Amino acid sequence: MTTPTPYSLLPTPTPRASPRRFAFPYRLELEPRMTTPRWLPWATSLGSVVFALVVGGLVLAYVGGDPIDAYAHIFNAAFGNPGVLSDTLVKASPLILTGLACLIAFRARLWNIGAEGQFFIGAFGATFVVQQMFDKDASPWLVIPTMALMGFACGALWGAIPGFLRGRFGVNEIITTLMMNYIAFFWNDFFIYGRWSDRGFQLTPTFPKNAWMPRLSDFADQFPAFSGITIHAGLFLGLAATVAIAYLLFRTRWGYEIRLIGDNARAAEYAGINIVRNTVFVLALSGGLAGLAGMAEVSGVVHRLQERISPGYGFTAIIVAWLAKLNPWAVIPVAIVFGGLIIGSREIQPSGLSRMLQGIVLFAIIGSEILNRYRVRLVRAQLSQSL
Amino acid sequence: MNFWINILASGVSTGTALLFATIGELFAERAGILNLGVEGMMLMGAVTGYGVAYASGNPWLGLVAGMLAGAFLSFLHAFVAISLRADQVVSGLSLTFLGTGLSLVLGEGLSKAVGVQTIPSLTVPLLSQIPFFGPILFEQKSLLVYVGYVLTPAAWFYIYRTRPGLHLRAIGEYPAAADSLGINVFALRYFYVLVGGALGGLAGASLSLSISPGWYSEFTTSGLGWIAVGLVIFAQWNPFRAAIGAYLFGSLRRLVLDLQGEQVIAFFPNPFFQDRNLQFFLEMIPYALTIVVLIIGSRQALRRRLGAPAALGIPYVRGERGL
Repeated sequence: MTTPTPYSLLPTPTPRASPRRFAFPYRLELEPRMTTPRWLPWATSLGSVVFALVVGGLVLAYVGGDPIDAYAHIFNAAFGNPGVLSDTLVKASPLILTGLACLIAFRARLWNIGAEGQFFIGAFGATFVVQQMFDKDASPWLVIPTMALMGFACGALWGAIPGFLRGRFGVNEIITTLMMNYIAFFWNDFFIYGRWSDRGFQLTPTFPKNAWMPRLSDFADQFPAFSGITIHAGLFLGLAATVAIAYLLFRTRWGYEIRLIGDNARAAEYAGINIVRNTVFVLALSGGLAGLAGMAEVSGVVHRLQERISPGYGFTAIIVAWLAKLNPWAVIPVAIVFGGLIIGSREIQPSGLSRMLQGIVLFAIIGSEILNRYRVRLVRAQLSQSL
Repeated sequence: MNFWINILASGVSTGTALLFATIGELFAERAGILNLGVEGMMLMGAVTGYGVAYASGNPWLGLVAGMLAGAFLSFLHAFVAISLRADQVVSGLSLTFLGTGLSLVLGEGLSKAVGVQTIPSLTVPLLSQIPFFGPILFEQKSLLVYVGYVLTPAAWFYIYRTRPGLHLRAIGEYPAAADSLGINVFALRYFYVLVGGALGGLAGASLSLSISPGWYSEFTTSGLGWIAVGLVIFAQWNPFRAAIGAYLFGSLRRLVLDLQGEQVIAFFPNPFFQDRNLQFFLEMIPYALTIVVLIIGSRQALRRRLGAPAALGIPYVRGERGL
């Protein structure tokens, strides 16, 4: 009898009998990409929008609607002629500003989902200026900038509070920003039901003309083409803010710090960046932009403060920022698309359709992002089985 | 005295819906998956539960349907967050959008439904005679409230005293170690996200079928789902603390309503009765208190070095660095 060598103690690799269970002969394998082609993120975004439209259409067909008809209606009501296109741009203006608000916060990995409340509080600040600070003879050159400043400041305060709590005590900003939304709604209600109520109605009196931001139609005398075009200065405010945010993010030291915190907060801290201060300032800037959107909406469109000043701009902004891949320039076209969705689906029943589509779009976008990071391969199961 | 008994008694009822949602989210987060879609799942549970109960005439069937709807919605989150390794925050947010929108689409016209049977209530014979606690806990309570009483200790026992509970904690704290011991991290994470979704759906269905029967579009929940997400942090991922928080917030909702009706509070004229507009400040309280409660929870977590499950929010990829 020979002593067994250590080698013979090892189980000899016997060819296993093929399992009786059926095994799918192929499987998907994810292979991390070293580089992502420039066109790919845009292709997946576009693909996810198409996917969302298809899925939304199926749901719509299930509840008894005609999806093709509904989509055609939305498109025509949003982009069909210059008049509705102008309405779409009016809806896109607050979306650009709130989209930028979310974008700057998301860049620092701060989840500001309170843009809706900051929007309301910004509208409150602007209304405060009209109601309490100036009378109707004051120069619009004085009133409107003060409104904008006040709207920005109120929104900034609304963002800075969760920012401070996050920076100082580590309180989760997702929930605090969201709770601040509800507080803002009730805060506004207190004023429009009470102090500022117009003859007991739940809205303030119409602002005097010196608090109205100019519209293109105001210049119809000089340029007849502008008659009936409701685009207001808020759109140009949004475009200016886009330039400013792009400059801030990519050309300034602060922007570099924001991006560094977003990419790797720990590395940023080791590099000597003050995380607490940045958290407060980024959320304040984010809130300020959303507040500015609220100011532009009451000054440019609604001309009064009331309960329904937003069809969820602050929430749609999250999707706008994400679909724009956190790129400030891309916010503009994305905001226009979603402005069109808001306009086009106004008269569509069931009323939740636009919000449902937004949810599916966001799902599809983040689900498809894996395609940008990994190459998906179909491989033969037997060949690649190494275990 | 009656004033407080009324408030606490109705707080226990409202708190039950909050409790289901909070414990559901607690399970998902213990497994390492943050699901911010609780509000959406609750709304889907509420509308499905109410709709099925309306169509079939059986509230229990509605309850089951609501749970399935919540679980179905959370499956989307599980697929995107676990298999597609997407950002859980954004995925959860989109779940809220999707759940809200879908429930509005499905619930079109449902608010006018009449004659929907609700879950029956029950008074426990002897226990309801206990002074003070009897009427609060055992008098004319929906059967679901009693389910809540059982669920809390059961969840605690499951998480801290059983082997599957140990696995649950392991995949949330250190999935790589759990994986190396042969625990199927992916399957279990799917499972617990689905459990969370089913409980979220149950929370919604218990609102629409028992606690405040009816479908009032997105006002059915009016932010309760988000409060539940906040309560999980306050609860520091412990079911008993979750129950305390849930019942407390339930009572608060009622207190806010009842305070407006009293002419005199503790010998002082009630300012909220004098000036109707001040009610808006009362209605802010639950949301403001959520922030306060979060501050308390976060400070305690810092001091005791307790915190979220270490792998919360991080997709697990086999063989990749990181938790």
